[in-house]
Amino acid sequence: MPSDHYTQLQEIIKPYLPEDVSVSEIKEESHFINELNINSANLVDIILDVEDAFDIVLENEDMEKMQTVSDALAIINAKLEGKD
Amino acid sequence: MDRRVVITGMGVCSPIGNDLERFSKALQDGISGIRFHPELAELKFGCQIAGKPVINNNLLNNYFTPLELRNLNATGLIYGVIAGCDAWNDAGLSVHQEDEPDWDSGILFGAGILGVDKFREAIYKVDQQEVRRLGSTTVIQTMASGISAYLGGRMGCGNQVTTNSSACTTGTEGLIMAYDRIQAGKAERILVGSASDSGPYVWGGFDAMRILPRKYNSDPEKASRPMSATASGFVPGSGAGALVVESLESALSRGVRIYAEILGGFVNSGGHRSGGSMTSPNSTAVQRCIGQAVHSAGIKAESIDVINGHLTATSKDAVEIQNWSAALGLKGADFPFINAFKGHMGHCLAASGSLESIGAILQFRDQQIFANVNCEDLHPEISKIIASEKVPIQSLPYSPKIIAKASFGFGDVNACIIFSDYNAQR
Repeated sequence: MPSDHYTQLQEIIKPYLPEDVSVSEIKEESHFINELNINSANLVDIILDVEDAFDIVLENEDMEKMQTVSDALAIINAKLEGKD
Repeated sequence: MDRRVVITGMGVCSPIGNDLERFSKALQDGISGIRFHPELAELKFGCQIAGKPVINNNLLNNYFTPLELRNLNATGLIYGVIAGCDAWNDAGLSVHQEDEPDWDSGILFGAGILGVDKFREAIYKVDQQEVRRLGSTTVIQTMASGISAYLGGRMGCGNQVTTNSSACTTGTEGLIMAYDRIQAGKAERILVGSASDSGPYVWGGFDAMRILPRKYNSDPEKASRPMSATASGFVPGSGAGALVVESLESALSRGVRIYAEILGGFVNSGGHRSGGSMTSPNSTAVQRCIGQAVHSAGIKAESIDVINGHLTATSKDAVEIQNWSAALGLKGADFPFINAFKGHMGHCLAASGSLESIGAILQFRDQQIFANVNCEDLHPEISKIIASEKVPIQSLPYSPKIIAKASFGFGDVNACIIFSDYNAQR
């Protein structure tokens, strides 16, 4: 269920938020780097956490496309559908 | 006249305590931080004992954010950040809040090798074709300058932020490098320190060289015996020490406590000549280093009250004593008091110079000469050179004015620094 994925993704993103950004600011349209102020190096770690949480593998192209929270959700859903 | 340079803050993460009070109490009371480590026994080490700081999660949470703690697996980095933050706070300095960095403050944090456990993790992943799963922090946890980089960002330092590495000389060398830079007017204060990782991957190479004691696995507190007739090798240690080295003008303008003044120091190498090699010192170079340090401090050898030696607890300790004696032109009852802190902590390798310098300096504050541990049976070659009462086995009430500290390292490298208690009138 997509809404569950959204909650799960929020939990994954939470530890990477800088002190001045709260969890409530994570919206579907939020841009990881420009809006949530996540350090670009940490995007790599978020991707690894997503892989572990959903048991999927993201390719380099997927990573490049993953600019916003909704991008991430779309990629996760596509990968999960591909699995079934 | 040259700029005067003083020490205004200190912090430790050591086998005998992670704060200055525990650390000084242990040095004073002769408490050992050497423990048996089952991990080393399982790995079939000859020497299964070591000195290692005790770190719990509460302590970690005081120094690192939850994000920083994720996948953190570099003991030296942990020790260095703890010691560095403590020294900075101890000096009354705060985290620089402005957007512009503090151009007058720098970091010089040395290490022999950093993040060995993290590097091992990475090697396994790479060999299993999982390089893409290394995460973002493998580099910063394993680069030699990792501690400096971490602290530089934490404090907002805009002066030189770098690392030095000269084996067991690292910590003492760093203090002299910072002293030179501040004296030259290129910085006002430098957070200087050195760290050594814990664990079998750091200590294994020394065990293989058969220079660690193998007979004390069931009696670890007796194992590290500097200057003793029964010394049988150095006990590996780990940890970090950090000191804020600052121009006197800056310290006075901030109105902070001054622990000690650095009067001078010298660094050299024996070039693997005249008896020197990768692993043993050229005595001529050692004597020259001590002599030049005394000369640069503008003092007479006779005015040194206490020496804190390198003294690793091998059969070569007597050679070191001979070198001090020859360099200073002092022997018998004229020789200064001398102590070694490796009896308490083991040999903390790259961290030894900074941790032992802090111990040496605390003798000014505590008005004591800290005792030697496990040295009831002074080596006869040493008692031929100096009077045995110069090697205290109980801490002595005494107010030293000048203390000399030296460290010597693999690669035939030497460093000697001269500290004095702070006296405005000098």
